[in-house]
This record gives sequence, C-alpha cells and structure tokens, in this order.
Amino acid sequence: MTSEPRLALSTPVADEVRKTTCYMCACRCGINVHIKDGKIRYIEGNRDHPVNRGVLCAKGSAGIMQHYAPARLRAPLKRTGPRGSGEFQEISWEEALTIATGWLDGVRHDDPKKLAFFTGRDQSQSLTGFWAQQFGTPNYAAHGGFCSVNMAAGGIMTIGGAFWEFGAPDWDRTKLFVMFGVAEDHDSNPIKMGIAKVKKNGARFVSVNPVRTGYSAVADNWIGIRPGTDGLLILAVVHELLKARRIDVDYLVRYSNAPWLVIDAPGTAEHGLFARDADGKPLIFETVTERAVPVGTKGARPALSGRHELPDGRFAVPSFQLLAEKYLDPKYAPEAASVETGVAVDVIRGLAAEIARVAFDEAITIEQPWTDVHGERHHHFVGRPVSFHAMRGLSAHSNGFQTARALHMLQVLIGAVDCPGAFRFEPPYPKPLEAHPTPHGKAEHFGSAKPLSGPHLGFPRGPEDLLIDAEGKPTRIDKAFSWDAPISAHGLMHMVIANAHAGDPYPIDVLFLYMANMAWNSSMNTAGVMKMLEDKDPETGEYRIPKIIYSDAYASEMVAYADLVLPDTTYLERHDCISLLDRPISEPDAVQDAIRWPVVEPDRDVRGFQSVLIDLGARLKLPAFVDSRGTAIYKDYADYIVRHERRPGIGPLAGFRGLNGDKAGRGAANPDQLKRYIENGSFFSAHIPLEAQFFKHANQAYQDFAVRMGFFDTPQPVTFQLYSEPLQKFRLSAEGLRAPFAPETHRQRILDSFTPLPDWYRPFEEALVDRETYPYHAITQRPAAMYHSWGSMNAWLRQIHTRNPLYVPGPICDEHGLVDGDWVWVISHHGRIKVEMARMEAVNSSTIWTWNAIGKRKGAWGLDEDAPEAKKGFLMNHLIHELLPPKGDGMRWSNSDPITGQAAWYDLRVRIETAEKAQISEPHFPAISEPGRAHEHVDELRYGQEWAK
Amino acid sequence: MTMLPAHSTPKKLGLVIDLDVCVGCHACVVSCKEWNTGGYGSALSDQDPYGADVSGAWLNRVHTFEVVPEGGEIVGEAGDARIVHFPKSCLHCEDAPCVTVCPTGASYKRSADGIVLVDEDKCIGCGLCAWACPYGAREMDLAAGVMKKCTLCIDRIYNETFEEVDRVPSCVRTCPANARHFGDLADPQSDVSIMVAQRGGMDLMPEQGTRPVNKYLPPRPRKSLADSARGLPLAENTDGAKGFFAWLDGMLDRI
Repeated sequence: MTSEPRLALSTPVADEVRKTTCYMCACRCGINVHIKDGKIRYIEGNRDHPVNRGVLCAKGSAGIMQHYAPARLRAPLKRTGPRGSGEFQEISWEEALTIATGWLDGVRHDDPKKLAFFTGRDQSQSLTGFWAQQFGTPNYAAHGGFCSVNMAAGGIMTIGGAFWEFGAPDWDRTKLFVMFGVAEDHDSNPIKMGIAKVKKNGARFVSVNPVRTGYSAVADNWIGIRPGTDGLLILAVVHELLKARRIDVDYLVRYSNAPWLVIDAPGTAEHGLFARDADGKPLIFETVTERAVPVGTKGARPALSGRHELPDGRFAVPSFQLLAEKYLDPKYAPEAASVETGVAVDVIRGLAAEIARVAFDEAITIEQPWTDVHGERHHHFVGRPVSFHAMRGLSAHSNGFQTARALHMLQVLIGAVDCPGAFRFEPPYPKPLEAHPTPHGKAEHFGSAKPLSGPHLGFPRGPEDLLIDAEGKPTRIDKAFSWDAPISAHGLMHMVIANAHAGDPYPIDVLFLYMANMAWNSSMNTAGVMKMLEDKDPETGEYRIPKIIYSDAYASEMVAYADLVLPDTTYLERHDCISLLDRPISEPDAVQDAIRWPVVEPDRDVRGFQSVLIDLGARLKLPAFVDSRGTAIYKDYADYIVRHERRPGIGPLAGFRGLNGDKAGRGAANPDQLKRYIENGSFFSAHIPLEAQFFKHANQAYQDFAVRMGFFDTPQPVTFQLYSEPLQKFRLSAEGLRAPFAPETHRQRILDSFTPLPDWYRPFEEALVDRETYPYHAITQRPAAMYHSWGSMNAWLRQIHTRNPLYVPGPICDEHGLVDGDWVWVISHHGRIKVEMARMEAVNSSTIWTWNAIGKRKGAWGLDEDAPEAKKGFLMNHLIHELLPPKGDGMRWSNSDPITGQAAWYDLRVRIETAEKAQISEPHFPAISEPGRAHEHVDELRYGQEWAK
Repeated sequence: MTMLPAHSTPKKLGLVIDLDVCVGCHACVVSCKEWNTGGYGSALSDQDPYGADVSGAWLNRVHTFEVVPEGGEIVGEAGDARIVHFPKSCLHCEDAPCVTVCPTGASYKRSADGIVLVDEDKCIGCGLCAWACPYGAREMDLAAGVMKKCTLCIDRIYNETFEEVDRVPSCVRTCPANARHFGDLADPQSDVSIMVAQRGGMDLMPEQGTRPVNKYLPPRPRKSLADSARGLPLAENTDGAKGFFAWLDGMLDRI
C-alpha cells in the first residue's frame, strides 16, 4: 500500500507544560496545561495528582473555551444606565479601587454592619472570611447556605465530618456503595473513578434518586424515591437493622455517645441533657459496680439501657435506649415508610438486608496493630465495607439536616465510619464540634473601625450562642444564627438581598458580592430579586440597596445589577490556594493542598479578586493588612499565601514550609514555597502512617499526627453524637424551661424539628400547600458537563446542553395527553413558567425535573440575544419563593431548613397545565446590554487551525 | 472507489467501550475535541458558537437512550426504565463502507494497524462516506470543507515525544469512569481482547456486515434488591424494644 500518506506522528505537542489546579467546578483536579506559541494547546489531567490521577471531565477539558470566551470582562466597570440595564463604562483600576475604598471606609467607620460581604463559589474563604473579620462587619458568609450546609452541619454535629470535602468512600475496599440524591457535581471525577472501581471489584452500587441520570444510570439498583422522603427510608432501614439485631454494639460503646446518660427529669431545665460530673464530663452507668462514672473511666462496662439513679438522686437513661425505643416503633417500619417514600417494602427490606449482610458477613480486616486514644492496643483494623455518599439531593430540603443526621446515625450503628471499606475521613477531619468556633456577630462583637472579635461562622452549642439582641432579634443581615435558623453554620446568602431590600433586620449601605449569580440562578424568586435590586426608595430616589460591588470574571446576569464591577481573572491567570484552613482536598490516606498560579498572563485589564481584596484591605488600613506605619504588608495574594500565618507556623499552605522547605504542616514561612509547589505539580501531599489511617476519631497515632501537622494544638478525638445535646437545648428553650427562651412564635417550629435523635418530617412546602392542587415535585439535576451557570459561555460545553427540556414522567404525560415537544405551564404557589417538555420513564412517577442553570437571561454571558439558552432555556427558580406560603400564624417563614437555614430548593411542589406551543419560555426578561462594549457576533471558531498539520 | 487493504491488517487498533460504567459525562467528547482541534488535519470548527444555531464538528459523541425493559436481567430490573449512555465514534471497521465509497482515495484504511483515516489533501468534501457509514460516525467540517473522523489519536499513539503511558487516544486517557480502553484487537492476548472475551464484548449492528474493530461491553448482570429482602433474619423476639434490650445485654456481656 504505497499510496498511504506518510504522516508525521511524533510532533511535540507543546512548547511547555505548566501544571496547575482546575476550577471548572469544585473538584480541584490537577491539570497539565500545554502551552504552544503562547496559547493553550491542550489541557489534560495530571497523572500524579491525588484528586484525579490523570483523568479530566468534560468541563476540565473545555477550559480552553472558558479562558477565551467572549463573555469575559475586560476592565473595571462603573454603571452608567439604570440597574439591570447592563450599561457600563470601563474605568481604570485606580478609579475603581478609589470608589470602593471610599464606600467601604465610610461604612467601616460609621456602622460596619452596613456592609454585607457574601462570596459565592469561593475557594478562598479563609482569606475572604479573614478580610471580613478585619473589616469588622458581622455580615459575611459564602454560598454554603444555599448549597449543602445541611450535609456539612449534620455531619459535623454527628460524626465530626461530612461527605465530599471532609471524607470519602473507601473506593478500593467497599463492597456496597449507596448514594443518595444528585451528586454529579460534588464530587465529579473522584466519584466517577470510584464507581468504576466499585463495579470492577464486583461490589454493588445502589442509587437513591428520583431521577435516573448520570451516576444513577449505571447503578446496580436504582431506588426512584419521592423527593424529600429519604430520611424516612433511612430510618426504616435503621428500624429493620435494630429488629434484626444487625448493629455493631462494640463500635457503639467505644465510639459513640450511645452509653451516655440522658437526664430524665421532665419539666426541668436539664431534661434530655447529658448527666455530667463536676468537670462537665458526661456520665455512663457502669454495670459491674452499678454506679454512674465519667465516660472514659478505665475498665468501665457501660449500660446501653435501663433507668439509672444519678448521685444527685435524679434518674437518667443511656441515650441508646431512647434511640432503640424510638426507631423500633412501627411508625418507622418499611410498611409505613413505603407509603411516604413510594419505595416498595421489599426494596426497603432488601436494602437493609444487603447493608447488614455486607457490614457483618463480609467484614474485612487489615492486619495492622494500632492504639486507641484510651491506650488500648488493637491487633488489626476491622472494616465494615458499606459506604455512603450524599450531597445536594438530601441537603436542599427543609428536613435535610435531620436526614443527614439520620444517614450518619445509620453509618455509626453498623460501625461503618472511618473503617476499612466504609466512609473515611479526610484530614483535617474528623473534628469534634467543640473544636469549631462559636459564631461571632453580636453587638458586643463589633464596632466602628475595629475587627470582629472572632470568626463569623461556627456552631452554636445552644441558644446562648445565637447572634441576637436583647429582644431576640437577629444581628446579622441574613438572620443567620437567629431563632429563624439557629445552626446556620454557613450563613443564609439566599436571604441577604430580600432582607436588605426590606430593611429587615436593618438596611445596609454596601452589598459586596463575589462570584455569586444572585440576579439569576443562585436566587429563589429570581424575578422578585431583580426587582429588589432595581427598587428605589421613593422619598430619596436612591436604590434601597444603595451600593453594589460585584466581582466576577464573566458577564453573568449579576454584573448588570452592580454599580461597580471588579473584573476577576480566569483560573489560568491567577494565584490561588486550596487550603487546609478552608475547603480541603485531602484523601483518606493523605493530607493535601494545592495552588493555582498564572500559567498564562492576562491579556486585558483584569485582576485576581483575592489580590484586589488584599489591596482594598491595605487601602482601608485593616489591621492585618498594614503594618504599624500603615504600609501594605502583602504585595498580592501570592505574597499573602506564602507569608500569612494564622497561628505561629500555620499558614494557608501546609507543604514545603520552613526555611529549607522541608517542613510539613507547621513551619516558618518559606519564600520559595510557591516555586516548590509548582515544581511538584502545584500540589502537596503527605501520607498518613498506616497505623493512623483508620478510626481517626479515636486513633492515638492519627491524633498525634494531626497535632504534628498543626490541625490542632492538642488531640481532638470525636465521640459520635447519635443523640444531639445542642438540639435538645433548643427544645428546652422552646418549652420555656431553659434560658434564653425561644420567642412564642418559634416554639412549635423548634419542638417539631429539633429532635435530639434524627427524625423525618414532611418538607414544609409540601406540608403547607394543598397536595392535590400541587400534586407533583419539581427538582433539578446537575449535568455532568456543566457546573451551575458556568458553561453556557463556553462554545463547546454549550453544544452539549444548549437548552433544557422539562422532563415529565410517562404517567403524567398520559394523564395530560402530552407528547415530546409540547409546551406546558408549570405552576407553583408562587409563580408559573411556560416551557417545552419531553417524556421520560426513568424518573419517580410524581417528579418532574430539568437540568440546573442552563437557562440564561437574554444578553448575558456574551451570548447572542437569540441563543436557545435565553429563548427556550428556563429556570425553576421562578417557581420557588424565598418565603414559604402563609400558614395563618402571621409569619412568613424562610423557605429553608429550620435548623440550618439551608435553602429548600427541592421542596418545590407544582402542577402542570398544557400550553400553546411557543418559541420562547416564560417568563422572559428584557435583554441586558453587554457590559462595557457592544456585543459582537462570532460567526465561526477554528481553534487551533494554525497548528493544522 | 477506494480499496481496503487486501489482507486483514496485522494489527487491529481500536477501542473497547464499557457500557456498564459509562455515566455519560462527556469527558471523552470534549477531550477528543480539544486534542484534535489542534492535532491531525484541520481544526474542528464551530459555527455560530455563541448564537442561536450553534454546531460544530466532533469526532466522538455520547448519545443517551432510555430503555424500558420487559424483565430482562441484563439491562435493568423488571419494569424499571433505564438510561443508557452510548459513546459513539468511528469503529474502524474491517469492511469499512466509508472507504470503498470514497471517490478520491481520501478515505483509507491503514494496512499496518487498520486505522481508518481521511487524507484531507485528497478529500473533496462530497460527503459520500458519511452517507455510507451506518453509524453516523463522520462529520463534515464546515469551515475546512473536509470530512472529519476519529483518528484513534494517531498523533498520540505513535508519538515518541510522549511517555509510553500517554500513547493512547485522548478519550481513553481522560475517561474518569475507566469506560474506554485502547489496544490491538487482532492480538488475542491483548488486554482489550481478553476484556472482550470475558465480558461478552459486542459488535455494533453486526448485521451491517462492516465488521467493526471497536467493541462494546454490555452492562454487567444485576441482582435485584427486593430479592435480598428475605436475607434479613428476624430476631426471635421482634416485639418492640423489650426483646431488643435483652439481646443487647447479652451482646454487652460478650464484649
């Protein structure tokens, strides 16, 4: 075959490979960026990187198109038209920073709470939070309140850790993996890699999700549950396990508060709290000597049941007795759960049976001696190879906190937390509740031109830690840590604009947002929020929210509502650190952090937001950002990453510390630290000794390792809190038994939801609306090839999801006579949308759904005005109100979890009506102008044509 | 008409795609686009990239189907609808109709390794090959006016500037679910051949007589959860909490 062309097949791909960290979603995979002729030739996964081991998802590979997207902002912007118009003038950085400094300096001196600083999908919260603390406003949080705070808070309060960033399934050893709800975005690549391992090893993968897409598509068993009922399914499994005696009693005694004595003194301020000794140590009942002794007493054999007399004459019962009595009740039997969940009794029982069989009959051991924190030596690690994962699906319900607690309780009952084959903690977790700060933001915590006295966010131990004033009113703009949402550990970003607009609890002067698309997909009641941002006080003619500063890299919908825009760089042009002080990327076997660095230089007048924040900090003379002469301490974010110390020897990065770069965790700042990271592929990884890899919550070697690395200054073992005392304290307040007392208005709500043992209650919206008027659930799923709203400006990704049909289950289609391509009205108690539908069978029969955040506002994201995203794309957000429907008590409650304030996106109830065929979804909004310049249509892209061979 | 190699090629390089683990994430799709737009031949162009009628040339796409089985053990539980994500690119057929139909000799099958390629210098963009391919695995590049198709990343797999481990197609290297495998299907001892033998790898539409080199691994058989329900032994005394606490005391004595 001499006619075959000769091909040059060994051409080098690029001039140089620069290794950094992806930011196309929140996974934080390692990437190799191949640079050719000063342009990005190719981005691939870094094989050495512990997060992704060389693989990369669709988003990561589309990074080129994200970087070169026309939607990128080009320079700072000052608003010239009315809010929402998108009319801006490009200005210099000096002018922009002078304006910002002027606004912020005034607020800081007059009344620092009049700044609300909220960051969205921020991976630098240890800096942004620190900056806000230095500024002195109590009003700071990131986006966790509308994301997954229920999972985080439920996990931390139960087992001292949570899924995703704080732990992961032991993919190599697990024999049964159960995933609840949508998780395609948290985690992305690690879960895909894990599912592949699970399947290769012949383990079973069960997915519990109303919709069978993505990961659920390959599950061995799909449980198409009714949304918002997962908690009841889990408790039915618990019921079956208790009934079948398939629980790990030894594990419960050693690692949980099952034996801790709960005071049984109804009507008193201590009823339901733990009996404690004079030092505050919880008591257990010792069965040999038959007396109450402090937990940890050597040789004690604790009771798990019985009613026992305390030294003070009161009686108490082990918390496990309360647990067993509660869940053995027939109301948690599969037959009862089946009615609410829609899951067949045999499937519930089968799930319980598989969990029990794998946990106990397929237990594994790792022959590695270890010593627990009580000094007891163990010959090996025993593993119960059942692992779980859940994120947004469980979280985004008004019962999500208790559902998360229920899931963790199930894990503890079968002894499957941080053992081989189960869910395992990732350093710096586990971390007991006591090691977390309490929130700061009471009146005595802040004042004119002084820093907040402690961190904004944390965990109240009881009502005494709430951020309220003498009248019980919230001191934070989002009402976090108030009676409305006492344990809102991540704040309530979704309430900020509504509250600021209403001046409730008070008006603010400056709203400062970073990377949060609050005028579109990140807000409930999107149209209402746009109006709030546009609304003026008729008396003064001023906007009700007077000044809005926004930083984003792209022309998102929110940009149009800012008065001042600080254009961010792309992830390939910036320094960043993925810090253990922030949102870690460790693995169960290793401590890890990472950096980003400018692998390409910006070709426009943009700056990394973190460097801008540090600059503003110096201009405002915030104490930690200037020296005694008022001179800036840090040149930029890179300089801060290297030199900032949070505690002596502890900085944003754990790797390559010390003057020679040979210290890990603790050590002096190393001027060459970033260079060392770059040489190492932009990450740092330190292995945990084998002896310390499991049972970290009670493993002495791990606790010593944690202290050595600087996570803690003293060992911080965790006792799993099946029974939650902080929740009971709130109940006592609501019963009027323990000060501070809950207001009358909030008492019933607290009594209903703050059960010290996990419980299930019907999601609020479903409980309040008429179930026949709104017979269906409406939820979103996360497409694997898009991350929130980031993706539509990407020429490649938008070809995968150009629009989002409303998927309607077959039986509902048949009932309404609907066929693919028909249009329907979807109607909730709050609003209506008109959209195109498609039929689907692999979905819960009462659940309609669509992809998240594909719909875009006309004119946004650098798209042509007739882009399908803006014509046929749509948001469910228009149907969801930030407040629940009135229930006759004179209150309009936030559409949130009553404990954490987590936005209850997935509680939505709707009905559908057939509609006339149309070309444009409703509602639609006037186009917004492209900020700072006229929109230019692009006919064609031929990326890489100059390299054609 | 263009001739196929006279004899079976000594190597049959191709892909094995595992439908048991493909989650339809499109990682392979975009990685392919990214590699190949700067690689072999002209760029993979995109028309109206930010507008109403966006489209582009892609060498690999994932199609998603919904299957409602009638009780088959393979694809799902009885009555359960199932989503199948189906990645599709050129299958490098042994009897490749896209080659024989080519009027200019632009489409050809390499005699050494069986890779089907388009010599863009000879391609007149007539589109006959795309019509002839029963799989729809070729796409015209509207900017260059030439036919584009999977090259098995020929500029990667023989690229001596790469480490050995990276000499695989871009889609294989990037797949997070390990659903894509590359190798020589003519060698019965190759990893891919063994995988095909063990997992019952299948040809796509064998009735077309194209003898595709690429193979698909079907989903593994599944066991229903409901069948396990009987596996949960009921304790002797299941009457409420009382019997439970008696059992518990017994357990505590044994610790």
